[in-house]
Amino acid sequence: MLLDGKVPTGPIAEKWDRHRFELKLVNPANKRKYDIIVVGTGLAGGSAAATLAELGYNVKAFCFQDSPRRAHSIAAQGGINAAKNYPNDGDSIWRLFYDTVKGGDFRAREANVYRLAQVSNHIIDHCVAQGIPFARDYGGLLANRSFGGAQVSRTFYARGQTGQQLLLGCYSSLMRQVGAGKVTLLPRREMLDLVIVKGHAKGILVRNLITGELERHGADAVVLATGGYGNVFFLSTNAMGSNVTAAYRAYLKGALFANPCFTQIHPTCIPVHGTYQSKLTLMSESLRNDGRVWVPQKAGDKRPPYQIPENERDYFLERKYPSFGNLVPRDVASRNAKQQCDAGKGVGATGLAVYLDFADAIKRDGRAVIERKYGNLFEMYEKITGEDPYVTPMMIYPAVHYTMGGLWVDYNLMSNIPGLFVIGEANFSDHGANRLGASALMQGLADGYFILPYTIGGYLAGSAKLNPATSSPEFDACERAVQERVNRLLAIKGKRTVDDFHRQLGSIMWDYCGMSRNNAGLEKARGLIQSLRAEFWQNVTVPGDEKDFNQSLERAGRVADFLEFAELMVIDALERQESCGGHFNEAYQTPENEALRDDEKFCHVAAWEYKGTGKAPELHKEPLTFENVHLTQRSYK
Amino acid sequence: MSKHINLTLKVWRQKNQKEKGHFETIAAPQISTEMSFLEMLDVVNEKMTTEGKEPIAFDHDCREGICGMCGAVVNGRPHGALKGTTLCQLHMRHFNDGDTIAIEPFRAMAFKVIKDLAVDRSAFDQIIQAGGFISVNAGGAQDANNLPVPQERAELAMDAAQCIGCGACVAACPNASAMLFVSAKVSQFALLPQGRPEAARRALAMVRAMDRLGFGNCGNETECEAECPKGISISNIARLNREFFKASFGSSIK
Repeated sequence: MLLDGKVPTGPIAEKWDRHRFELKLVNPANKRKYDIIVVGTGLAGGSAAATLAELGYNVKAFCFQDSPRRAHSIAAQGGINAAKNYPNDGDSIWRLFYDTVKGGDFRAREANVYRLAQVSNHIIDHCVAQGIPFARDYGGLLANRSFGGAQVSRTFYARGQTGQQLLLGCYSSLMRQVGAGKVTLLPRREMLDLVIVKGHAKGILVRNLITGELERHGADAVVLATGGYGNVFFLSTNAMGSNVTAAYRAYLKGALFANPCFTQIHPTCIPVHGTYQSKLTLMSESLRNDGRVWVPQKAGDKRPPYQIPENERDYFLERKYPSFGNLVPRDVASRNAKQQCDAGKGVGATGLAVYLDFADAIKRDGRAVIERKYGNLFEMYEKITGEDPYVTPMMIYPAVHYTMGGLWVDYNLMSNIPGLFVIGEANFSDHGANRLGASALMQGLADGYFILPYTIGGYLAGSAKLNPATSSPEFDACERAVQERVNRLLAIKGKRTVDDFHRQLGSIMWDYCGMSRNNAGLEKARGLIQSLRAEFWQNVTVPGDEKDFNQSLERAGRVADFLEFAELMVIDALERQESCGGHFNEAYQTPENEALRDDEKFCHVAAWEYKGTGKAPELHKEPLTFENVHLTQRSYK
Repeated sequence: MSKHINLTLKVWRQKNQKEKGHFETIAAPQISTEMSFLEMLDVVNEKMTTEGKEPIAFDHDCREGICGMCGAVVNGRPHGALKGTTLCQLHMRHFNDGDTIAIEPFRAMAFKVIKDLAVDRSAFDQIIQAGGFISVNAGGAQDANNLPVPQERAELAMDAAQCIGCGACVAACPNASAMLFVSAKVSQFALLPQGRPEAARRALAMVRAMDRLGFGNCGNETECEAECPKGISISNIARLNREFFKASFGSSIK
C-alpha cells in the first residue's frame, strides 16, 4: 500500500498558510466540550498541552516522572535553530529548510521541513515572551552561534542549558494552565495501552506508578509525545526512563512505525567505563573544533598517552579526511572511531575509546582561551572521569543519542489511526535519516506550540463527537490485556534481572544494528533477539508487588517492549538496502566511506504495520518527492 | 585509576507513606570507584533482586545532573558532601574503603515519603502553578528582538533560572523552607522586563502557596545555598523579600 502524507497542493512556501485556512475550526465556545490526552511532557508534549489548554480544550497531561519538568528535553545542551537572520549573514527560511533536508540525507518530507523552518521564528518570539533567559549581546539583543551542518549562525542558546530553559518555559506555561483548571496533571503514570473505539483513538490505559492501579482515561483525541527509543541500546544519552512503550503499544494497535532503523550515534561522548554503567553522557561536539582525535598506531599499545611519541600516533580523521579533518560529520566521525577500536587500537581500560587531545590547542592559544571556550565541558568531564583534560587527553567514544524514526504521521501530524497524533521525537517526520544539531528543540516546540494546535482542531471539527465512557467494552478488553501482561511478568520468578536482559539486548543492537551494519550481522541479530526474548519470558525475575511503587515492574514492561521493537528495527535495517545518514550498511558506501544512497529504490519512508504475534510486519511505503531541493550526494571534501 | 572499595550502607527503608520506616544495613562489596553513586545503588539492587529481596526504591532519570529527579541525604548532606553536585554525578572515588554511608530521603513536612528514598515533591509544582510563569499565550508574541535586555540582567536571570527543582534546599533547611526555590523563579522573572507586569502578584502568590503547602520560612541559615547542586545564590532570597515587601505595601494587588 502506498501511504498518503496528505501534503497540501501548491507552492511549498504557501502550503501551510493555505492548509491552515482550509482546516476546519472548532468554535471557541465548543472547544471546552473536547477532552484531549497528551502523553509525555517534554518540549513537544508540554508545549502542546499548554497551548491546547490556552485555546480552551480540556487537557489531561501524563508523564512517568514525578513532575513534567523532568522530561529529558531538559538535558539538551547546544541550542535551538531559527531562521531569524539576526546576524545578517544570509540566513532565510529557505536556507534552514534546505540545510535540514540535505542534512537528513533526503529522507524527510519536504513540506514538513519547510513548515518547520517557517514556524521556527515564532518559537523564538514566544520563548522570549515567556521569560527564557537566552544569551544576549552587549546591546541587549539576542546572541547567535553557529552549529554543525550550517554555514550561518542561527542557533539561539542559554549557556549550555538551552533544553533546560526551553523546557522550564513550557513547563511554566503548562503549570499556569493547571492552575487555571484547564489541564489535569497526571504525573507518575505510564501509558500501557491505547484504546481504540470505532477505529478512532479515544483513550489510554495507564498504570499509576505509586499505587500500581490501572486507570482508564477517555478523550476525543490522543497525542503521543513520548520521545525516542534510543534506550533499546541500553546505553545511550537518553534518560534512564526513556522508553518505546507508548509508541510500541500504539504500533500493536495498528499505528504504522516509520523508519525505525534511523538512529543517530553521536561521536563525542564520555566512554563506557565498566559493565555496571547505566548511561552515557554527551559532550558538545563543538570540542572537535580544537581537539585532535587520535589512537596509537600499534594495536594493543597500552602505554599512557604521554609516553606515546608523536610519530607513533595516528590522527586518523586528519589522515583520512585531510580537508575536513576532525570536523567531519557526526556519522563519519563515529564510524571511524569504531573502526579504530575494532582494529584493537582503542585506548583506556576497556579499549573502547579514542583520545581527544587539546595539548596542541593549549600550546597554540593558551590555557585561558581553551578554558573560556570549553571550561564547563572540561569540568563535567573531570567530575565523571576524575581526570583533568587540561593535562591528560580526554577519552571519547560514540553513543546513541537520538532516533529519527518514529510513528508515521501525515502532514497534520496524525498517525494512520484517526485521532492519534504523534509529535516531537516520537514521530518520524522532519529529520530524515540524520538530524542536525539544534533541530530537535526546534521540532518539538514547532509541533507543540504552532502545528498540532491547528491540525487537531481540523480533526475534531471534521469527525463525529465520540467520547466513550471508560466503562465501554473497548476499555474492558484493554485493561484485561494489560492486567494479564502484568501478572505474567510477576509470575515468571526466574533467575535473571530485567537490567541483565536489557544490557544483553543493548549489546546485540550495538554490535549488529549500531553505527555500522551488514546483512549477515543483522540476520544474526534477529535470531539473537528472538532467543533472548524467549528467555526473558521464561527466566526474568521481577520482585515486589503489583499494587505498589515497583520500579522493577516498570522496567520489566519497558524492556519487554524493547525486546520486540528491536526486531522491528533489524527488519527495517535489512529492508533498506542502501546507506543514508545514520543508517550505514557496509555494502553501500562510496570509495571515501560515505553513505551511498539508492534513490531509485529507497527514496521512500518505510512504514511498518503490525500483523500479529509471530507474523512478519507488513511494509507500506510513502514515496518521497523532492521538488525544491535536488537530490545530491552529500560531500565533505 | 579505578579501584574497588567495600562499603556498608545504612539505607532508609519505608514501605509506603503510612508505614514506619527504619534503617537497614546493607553490604556493598567490591564497588568500583569509577561508579556514580546511583550506579552503586544499581549494583546493590541487582544483587538484592537476584537474592529475592526487594530493591531500594529511589528516583532518578537523566543522570546528568539536570533533570532534578534524583536526590537523597548522604551522611547528613543532601546530594552528599561534594559541592555543586547532584547525587547522580557524585562518584564513588570520593569515598574510602570501609566507609559506612547513611542514605536517607529528603525530609520535610511538604515532601512525603513515597517509598524508601523516593519522596513526593509535587508541592513544588503547586508553587509554580500559583504564579511561576509569565501569562503569555502561544501565538501573539512580538519579534524577539523588540525587547532588548541588558546582558548582565539576562545573565543574572539565567543564574537564577538554573534551579533544577530537586528539593535539596528544602532538605538542607532546618525550617524546611522552600525560599531558595521560590526566590529563584521570582528572581528570574523579576529581573526581566517581560516578567515585570506580574511581578507583584507573582511574589505574593508564590510565597503564600509555599506557606500553605507546609514549608517553613527563611531563618538565614544559608544551608540551602551551601547544598544547592546548581549554586543558586541566597541573594535571590533577598530579591524575593524585596519583591514581596514591595508587593505587600506598595501595590494594589492583595
